[in-house]
Amino acid sequence: MSVVAAGAGRRASYTGLCAFLASVTMFFAAFTSAMVVRRGASRDWKGVPAPSLLWVNTGILALSSLAAEKARRDLRAGDRRRFNIGWTAATALGALFVAGQITVWRQLREQGVYVNSHPGSAFFYVGTVSHAIHLAGGWIAMFYLAIRALRLELGPGRRTAVEVSTLYWHFLGILWLYLLWLFRFWGNWE
Amino acid sequence: MASHTRERTRQPHGFLRRYVFSTDHKVIGIQYILLAIVAALVGAGLSALMRFHLSYPEAKVRLFELLWPGAASGGVMTPELYLSLMTMHGTIMVFFVLTTAPQSGFGNFMLPLQIGARDMAFPRLNMLSFWTTALSFAVLCAAFFVEGGAPLSGWTAYPPLSAAGRIAGPGQGLGQTVWVLSIALFSVASLMSAINFLATVLDLRTDGMSLMRMPLTCWGWFVTAMISLFAFAVLLAAGILLLLDREAGSSFFLPAGLVINDQPLMNKGGSPLLFQHLFWFFGHPEVYIAIVPGMGVVSTVLSVFSRKPVFGYKAMVSAMAAIGLLGFLVWGHHMFISGMNPYSAIAFSVVTLAIGAPSAIKTFNWLGTIWGGSLSLSTAMLFALGFVSVFVSGGLTGIFLGQPALDLYFHDTYFVVGHFHMIMGVASVFAMFAAMFYWFPKMTGRMMNETMGRFHFYLTFAGAYAIFIPMHLVGIAGNPRRYADFAQFDFLRDMTPAHKFMTHAALFTVLVQGIFIVNLIWSWRRGAKAPENPWNATTLEWALPSPPPHENFGENAPEVRCGPYEYSRPGRQKDFRMQHEVEG
Repeated sequence: MSVVAAGAGRRASYTGLCAFLASVTMFFAAFTSAMVVRRGASRDWKGVPAPSLLWVNTGILALSSLAAEKARRDLRAGDRRRFNIGWTAATALGALFVAGQITVWRQLREQGVYVNSHPGSAFFYVGTVSHAIHLAGGWIAMFYLAIRALRLELGPGRRTAVEVSTLYWHFLGILWLYLLWLFRFWGNWE
Repeated sequence: MASHTRERTRQPHGFLRRYVFSTDHKVIGIQYILLAIVAALVGAGLSALMRFHLSYPEAKVRLFELLWPGAASGGVMTPELYLSLMTMHGTIMVFFVLTTAPQSGFGNFMLPLQIGARDMAFPRLNMLSFWTTALSFAVLCAAFFVEGGAPLSGWTAYPPLSAAGRIAGPGQGLGQTVWVLSIALFSVASLMSAINFLATVLDLRTDGMSLMRMPLTCWGWFVTAMISLFAFAVLLAAGILLLLDREAGSSFFLPAGLVINDQPLMNKGGSPLLFQHLFWFFGHPEVYIAIVPGMGVVSTVLSVFSRKPVFGYKAMVSAMAAIGLLGFLVWGHHMFISGMNPYSAIAFSVVTLAIGAPSAIKTFNWLGTIWGGSLSLSTAMLFALGFVSVFVSGGLTGIFLGQPALDLYFHDTYFVVGHFHMIMGVASVFAMFAAMFYWFPKMTGRMMNETMGRFHFYLTFAGAYAIFIPMHLVGIAGNPRRYADFAQFDFLRDMTPAHKFMTHAALFTVLVQGIFIVNLIWSWRRGAKAPENPWNATTLEWALPSPPPHENFGENAPEVRCGPYEYSRPGRQKDFRMQHEVEG
């Protein structure tokens, strides 16, 4: 493959990611409009008791994003050792976030809040689970890259996958903040 | 890197890797087309059964009893069975024919060739898209075989019917659940495919292939990929909420106090209209997903067989983009009778009628393209001309339906059925026939039989008009749609002759498609060998041998030097210039 073609492949990865982010945004836009309309349509809306663990999870996800960003910059600078440390940390923190979310859902269930309890809980579960599924996809990519990094297959010249995954990871962090805001203000958190 | 790439471009050995789980865009394109043909045969077969039942509701048919021992005992179709056939016909045709063949089928095969690329941007994602689509089709067909049979709620799956579960009807149990799963899978596959198309168009064009030098076919696939990206994400969201209402007992779409078949439902507070909004936000753009690739094909075919450049290339591109954009702002015109605020209805109506402008630009530019050209009426050209005809007659009735005052009357009548079959069904299918006759030589290395092709065209053209024009007329007379049996209503009795005529026309048109299938198989095996560029066309796919080698242009990606429609150039001996051709 000529240099030009390799560059095209890299650009295509970014374009593909942007297109994917656009469709994910559209998915959550549809979710938001459904939530706004559903709330306005009837009087049975109730808030969800927000477990304080959610804030811990938010912090974990933010740290994970920071670690990924740090690792991405280290790789670009050619520091593979520090990249490996940062990237592994980001991946581990990502797993911790998912574990935290699962704990949140279990806590809610123990309080008797199910998906069919009321519309507020239904939207809470749909939103957080959809986010977690998207996150799991990103996490698999990060895990795969962490293994490739440990096998010394990445470097400053081979980092498109790392760059793209980091962007996606940041996007998921921002999406999570948006969902928190949505549930807090539109969902009428208790 | 180099060795890695060479490995990827080498043709894989072994049947499975080469023809089944292939990452080659050409193989995947053909897989999509074959899937669409199978789906079209199933869908057309279902419509034949429905039309037969509408005209002969009392007839005892052994076949019905054989196929559906429960729902057609004694050989007479129950209304529920009729509705399930209607649902499956609509779903199969819209998703697995009109969405699959124009974009994923022909687009996959031709896009990389036309822009001088080696493959799609993400070949493995491409393979995954196809197999997810195939799985989705298999899941949908499974609805026929589950307890209670296929769902009754139409391809639009409006709640409460689609959300209430088994108590709402025989197919509303497992059948409807299977349907929702299939559509969710299809949405995911379409999203993956759209991502691939966008990245390919934006980043893999060869040197000199600026966006405004792309053939209009590529523009069609590009605009369609944009539409898919935004529309299918919303359908996926709606599908997930519907599934939860069905399976998890939530109340997104199910209102309080619902009693179905004497059984009260426990749900409360949901909004059935919310689903309609989400669905049609996808559903209207879906119409353009079906037809915009066809517009690209027709523009190209008309130009090639008139030996004239496309009239107003830039206007054609802008019109396609405008149609794609406006398509997202008009979903409300499917809901005029839902009780929406009349002011909203007026807004939706104005935007709807505004789509008439880019559509008219396209129509007049097609006429401008063939005006004064030296036309050769090959089968591909005939189908392209047929497309323009059907597009106009189907499009004009859309202007009636776009007015809230008229739609109140027409909405639940056969006028709508006639309208959308013309504009969405027949028009895009004609474009696909044109595409098949035009590109078959490139895809297989053999020419299709023109005599059979012309017979097929004239009979299909006459048949399509014979089916769908009377539908408009009975619609104006007030004939409701979605009814399984008209004979029970006095005011519909006078329509019986018209319905019999449509039924016979439909059965005739379905049978005529046999000519196409025979032509396809015969030409693939025995057709005359195709040269590299049988139509003296200008775009890059015709610079390759027929069929193209596995790696397309390989290391020698062509450099593009001119636009895609250089025909009949004044002062030149040769009447066309290929896009990569060097001229002194």
